[in-house]
Amino acid sequence: MSVRKPPLFGVHEERGASFTDFGGWQMPVEFDSIRTEHEAVREAVGIFDVSHMGEIVVTGPDARELMNRLTTNDVAELAVGDSQYAAIVDEAGTMLDDTIIYRLPDEDGTPSYLFVPNAGHDEGAYDRWIDHRDAWGLEATVENRTGECAMFAVQGPDSPSLVADALDGPGADVDRFTATHVTVSGVECWMGRTGYTGEDGYEFVLPWEEAETVWSAFDCQPCGLGARDTLRLEGGFLLGGNEFDYESNPRTPIEAGIEFAVDLETEFVGRDALAAIAAEGPEERLVGFELLERGIPRTGYDVATPDGETIGTVTSGTMSPTLGKPIGLAYVPAAYAEPGTELAVVVRGEPKEARVEATPFIDIA
Amino acid sequence: MSFETPDDRRYLESHEWALETDGTVRVGISEFAQDELGDVVFVELPDVGDAVDREEAFGVVESIKAVSDLYAPVSGEVVGVNEALFDAPELVNDDPYGEGWMIEIEPADAGELEGLLAAADYADQIA
Repeated sequence: MSVRKPPLFGVHEERGASFTDFGGWQMPVEFDSIRTEHEAVREAVGIFDVSHMGEIVVTGPDARELMNRLTTNDVAELAVGDSQYAAIVDEAGTMLDDTIIYRLPDEDGTPSYLFVPNAGHDEGAYDRWIDHRDAWGLEATVENRTGECAMFAVQGPDSPSLVADALDGPGADVDRFTATHVTVSGVECWMGRTGYTGEDGYEFVLPWEEAETVWSAFDCQPCGLGARDTLRLEGGFLLGGNEFDYESNPRTPIEAGIEFAVDLETEFVGRDALAAIAAEGPEERLVGFELLERGIPRTGYDVATPDGETIGTVTSGTMSPTLGKPIGLAYVPAAYAEPGTELAVVVRGEPKEARVEATPFIDIA
Repeated sequence: MSFETPDDRRYLESHEWALETDGTVRVGISEFAQDELGDVVFVELPDVGDAVDREEAFGVVESIKAVSDLYAPVSGEVVGVNEALFDAPELVNDDPYGEGWMIEIEPADAGELEGLLAAADYADQIA
């Protein structure tokens, strides 16, 4: 797979960003420091280039049915401009991806949807939609616009005023989890009041070639994937590749703790498998935890009982910049998932005391 | 960006510095190394009295994004540990050649210092 670069790669390089490979994309991981960027988003506002995210548009008389049969939530609930979190699962209920679905304005009287797969998953999702559309004989067009779209996230408590100033017209007061077309410096963008940081904020999908115009309309702290990761972890949000990975960490949305995005009343691929798991309860659950001793939990560290029996694995961990405490996410047997349960995390061979904590770790917007 | 490499001390290719004063060798990491790591949030250091071996790991420094081993520039006994770092690991970022020092070693063979990189050679390595 060739390495993809976001449209503003050169602009970020000029700004002094360091880069990392993420999902086949060379993305800025840090502009100034993770802590500086993290604090800007928690206390003021920051902007992220998330052009590695996919954009797939599904339109036509059967678009709603196609979306509903391939995602776990109920797309029929969406009015124009609404958005929804959902998982994409296989027949066994195993997660292929998680995604945000936006309902776009209707086209020629038929519904239209934009969904945003994770980095590197756009081609797989596109193929999956085309294959199932054809197998089911549904009438819908499916377009992978990932290569034509930039995506930015403007996040933080001061984002409403910054966005209001940047927009050519109204729109900044759009409700949470809804979206609308706006213009920024003359560029039409699809703007949702959504995000991945636990703060109030907005996400913009816009034409690739207009990326610099829109990016420069927001005068605030640029933030990289490093701060995006610490922010989402404090917010208790899943990261594809960490909390689930179809190959290396196959998980159902139920064990991953996103039952709220699974509507068993709808017919979708994997529905029956998930209904059975939901009825019995999953064997393992994703939990948040805090390390109570000095140390930092990292992806792949073992989780043990206080007696030393290995029972699980850390999927994400960091020193929380907001809380000043080491926190993480891990899969453990369901019997150990209750907040307050005592665990140990094995750091370089040394078991360190830990305790299950409810997520999100912080109060989120 | 260019980083300071004070010429009063010697360096390892793995970015630790060693400064000899009155027979003991103080050890820390370079300004370049702390910048590469980013915000340092944790250090794990040996206890006073522990033995360390030249070019073997004696501890760990962790930033928000990375975990990195610390290597001893000389063999010997640990005679000092900078416990201030346990509560204020950010000193490694703020003052890597001063208050951000990590351990002091009483070297078994002070001649080992001569085998380390001079400041100018280390500066070339990170240039």
